[in-house]
Amino acid sequence: MQRFWDKEFYAGLGLKVGLEVHRQLDTSHKLFCKCPVLPYSKKFHSKILRHMRPTLSELGLYDPAALMEFKTKKEIVYCLNRDTVCTYEMDDAPPFEMNREALEKALVIGTMLNLNLVDELHIARKQLLDGSIPTGFQRTTLLGICGHIMVNGRKIDILHLGLEEDSAREVSDRGHRRTYMTDRLSIPQVEIVTAPLMETPQEAAEVGQAIRRLCHLSKMCRTGLGRARQDVNVSIDGGTRIEIKGVGSLRDVPKLVHYEALRQKALIELKDTAISRGIDDSSFGWSGDVTELVKQQACFGFVWGPKSVAQAILLKNCQGILATPTGPGRVFAHELSDRIRVVACLDTLPNLVCSDNPEYFDLGPMFDEIRTMAGGKAGDAVVIVLGPEADVVSADLEIKARMVEMLKGVPKETRRPIPGGATRFERVLPGRDRMYPDTDLPPIVLTGEAFDLAKARAPASLWDKEAEYRELGLSKSQLERLFTQGVWELFDHLVEKVALKPTILAYLLLDWMPYLKRQQVLVPEADIFIELFAKEKDWAQKEAAAALAFAVGHEVHWKRKGRGNE
Amino acid sequence: MSSDDLYKGYRGQSLDLLQRMGIKVWSEVRVTTDKGEFCGLVLPRSQTADDRHLVLKLETGYNIGLDVRGIKNIEFLGYHEISYHIPPVEFPFDAKKPTVKLLGTGGTIASRLDYRTGAVIPAFSPGELYASVPELAEICNLEAHELYAVFSENMGPQEHIGLAKAVAKEIENGVDGIIIGHGTDTMSHTATALSFMVQDSPIPIVMVGSQRSSDRPSSDAALNLIHGTMAAATSDIAEVMVCMFGPTSDQYGLLHRGTRVRKMHSSYRSTFRTIGDIPLALVDERGIKPLRKDYKVRRADKKVKLDAVFDDRVSIIYQYPGMKPDVIDSLVDNGYKGIVIAGTGLGHTNRQVFPALRRAVAAGVHIYMTVQTLWGYTQMFVYDTGRDLMEIGVVPAGNMLPEVAFIKLGWALAHSHDQDVVRNIMLTPIAGEITKREPPDGYLVLQGGLPEVDRFVKGHKK
Ligand SMILES: [Zn+2]
Repeated sequence: MQRFWDKEFYAGLGLKVGLEVHRQLDTSHKLFCKCPVLPYSKKFHSKILRHMRPTLSELGLYDPAALMEFKTKKEIVYCLNRDTVCTYEMDDAPPFEMNREALEKALVIGTMLNLNLVDELHIARKQLLDGSIPTGFQRTTLLGICGHIMVNGRKIDILHLGLEEDSAREVSDRGHRRTYMTDRLSIPQVEIVTAPLMETPQEAAEVGQAIRRLCHLSKMCRTGLGRARQDVNVSIDGGTRIEIKGVGSLRDVPKLVHYEALRQKALIELKDTAISRGIDDSSFGWSGDVTELVKQQACFGFVWGPKSVAQAILLKNCQGILATPTGPGRVFAHELSDRIRVVACLDTLPNLVCSDNPEYFDLGPMFDEIRTMAGGKAGDAVVIVLGPEADVVSADLEIKARMVEMLKGVPKETRRPIPGGATRFERVLPGRDRMYPDTDLPPIVLTGEAFDLAKARAPASLWDKEAEYRELGLSKSQLERLFTQGVWELFDHLVEKVALKPTILAYLLLDWMPYLKRQQVLVPEADIFIELFAKEKDWAQKEAAAALAFAVGHEVHWKRKGRGNE
Repeated sequence: MSSDDLYKGYRGQSLDLLQRMGIKVWSEVRVTTDKGEFCGLVLPRSQTADDRHLVLKLETGYNIGLDVRGIKNIEFLGYHEISYHIPPVEFPFDAKKPTVKLLGTGGTIASRLDYRTGAVIPAFSPGELYASVPELAEICNLEAHELYAVFSENMGPQEHIGLAKAVAKEIENGVDGIIIGHGTDTMSHTATALSFMVQDSPIPIVMVGSQRSSDRPSSDAALNLIHGTMAAATSDIAEVMVCMFGPTSDQYGLLHRGTRVRKMHSSYRSTFRTIGDIPLALVDERGIKPLRKDYKVRRADKKVKLDAVFDDRVSIIYQYPGMKPDVIDSLVDNGYKGIVIAGTGLGHTNRQVFPALRRAVAAGVHIYMTVQTLWGYTQMFVYDTGRDLMEIGVVPAGNMLPEVAFIKLGWALAHSHDQDVVRNIMLTPIAGEITKREPPDGYLVLQGGLPEVDRFVKGHKK
């Protein structure tokens, strides 16, 4: 296993990682309407159905991402809960004025990120065709550019701080229908974009953690499950910027980055192999119906519907290419399968079989027969696509398109994490963000008072505070958890008042108290702490001694944990 | 380019700064301010915005405003000409397909975006429409003519008359159907006017619009246009109709009779409802499904009765408690000849205005009563108030919608000012504006929150 902090290895690849961190702001209501922000729920009262129709590009053409979404002809269903959405979220009413509380809180974060803040905010529409926002665009605004944070003594540039509405929560995506819950929709969130400066997977995660600590320190953000997520941009030399979308936990970042770097490396090598074999655009021409032939084979594990067909595609000189590993448990054939899963809505697996699949080696004679039909030869690969006829037609085109992209290396895509650290294709990366002004709302002028207020509310710099904690002897993990568990203020307070070593105090707050809570033991209030351990107090008090025994008794705690009693 | 265009929208302090620095709109610049450095493209400024900010489009596509008082320097980096040109695409011609004429009155049915500048550029010619809604070519051969370019609230009697004449001309030219692109605010008013001004049309006359602008992926514009074109090209309903979303979901459109339709929500997609009756038909991409049989059927001839006149000395009064007589007196004093009252309940006004109504009738003003409840008939025998009003000379207008009665009265007064003649025109239905009966399901406003309604909307996409 590669060590995620191995600078030399990743420098060899030319790895560059950037983060886009999305974090909800802690406001009482949503960004452009007065709907309350409530815990996520599965409850809904009604459903509506929409389609996302691509709009024309500058050149009077549809852009690739738009065209792909249109090809899928997805029905988008929104589940509406009257407690959390109004006619605004369902795109049946124009926006109301921007939530001032959200704006003020975002400005505090902007101040902490040392940004060049903007004087007049212009609300923009960022086109999104996947259906995650019913309007087909996200209302977003830029608050500042060119900031920085310090992480491990390194200056990391912040390119951009945006304030935007959150998207809807996807709950299912089956065949031609994608369903969203709308409670998360339009909750205010900040978007913090770093420069692509991180050079190892580990560093990417650490920058993410620093931003998370900064958000906690600001006290402006909502905490809890599903209130933050990040997009991770990964590229290597000769590859392209791949956006891994919606990474929920920073713990997953190093693995995702690592495997994406390796995937890009594998694709670049594959390109070279293909070119050296003389494969070109014309190598993927033949396809033909093989329904009858395939039906005779019993071992497919494929459910035949009334409109199901099987279509074979001949990939000249490609034998072996589809079995090229691209990630943990994944080969190049998965790239094809993922594509048609999304683009042609063929989401019942297996959606394709190919002559490279070892588990289908006993189908050798059938693949030979198809090669003969196609006028091919032994070194040619065969892919068979299975599914409803209309979808198979788009799958056929998509597979050929993906093969042509193989000859260029790494196609521009957004990808989505899957368990195990790999990712799968989500959609073609749009040429550039499709942005245009939101004509429904006028610009918002920020006055000097707004900036002054933000400055007054912004706490001291994160890295100064972190340096202080390191000075006190806290470990990296303790430092991290003081912020994420939201107890750093209590800690600061107790450090002043209490005659305990800061490391012990941190242990009490971060481990012992949560442990007691989990054991459903009554947890002492901070005041009692001060009472017990106050600097001027005498140590003889019984309760204090007992508590202290508990506190320093790591042994008990960890032994119990070791036995799995917890 | 005129000097106005060079500094488009900038004035006062911001114009002064741009001129001083020698920077024009569409310049690529680096701006140094007291808050830091910003690079981008200088965009035009909205005319209604203040004079203190310079608008930049950044490389990321975001627009920002910079306070000119904090600007220390602007460095010119380059200049980028913009182009509003839409590449022409030929609308395919198929001799076997019906020909549909699209008449535009304003607003955009289709549009495209210039992402560099963020401008929304309207698409109107058949080629442009084909580029953005290619499905249209599967339905018909499309011709288009932009008659007006006004917001729907500015469509008035003159535009109604001009539109009616244009429609009649197209009928005589032999097109198979007409679509009228119209803003939704007064779409039903125009539909009503056309219903009286263009009678016995041999072909469908279909009004379409959109509640969500066509630049957004979730717009209802394309689907309304497809449905409307389908209705104009293939339906056998030869009436003036409004074709807009049935539910708010992207499912089907409804064809509403022009005199019974009303915009019922300021922003919902499914805002148009047939009032006091059921719609004429349901339309989706597969075709038309009539919901009733009593419509005028398409004919092969090119005959039409054009009666495009209007007397604009009519007004509409929305009755309210404690209304004072001077409201009516002032209309009469100002020379109004017709008044439609949207009365309370079954068609009532407060007693204080009776003397004013009497004076109005004596002055030869024609007064018609409708109901502000929208659903239901006037019935002025039930209470004394109603009987007294009728005795004064206020004429109950059945279940004509208030706006419909207003337009019909203006149209009738252009034919005659004789009380009996006008009354005869007003109370003889021409295009379904008064119906003989209201079916039990002509009034259906589901009440949210009820268990049975919850069950219905949870299962059915509304
Ligand atoms: Zn809302």
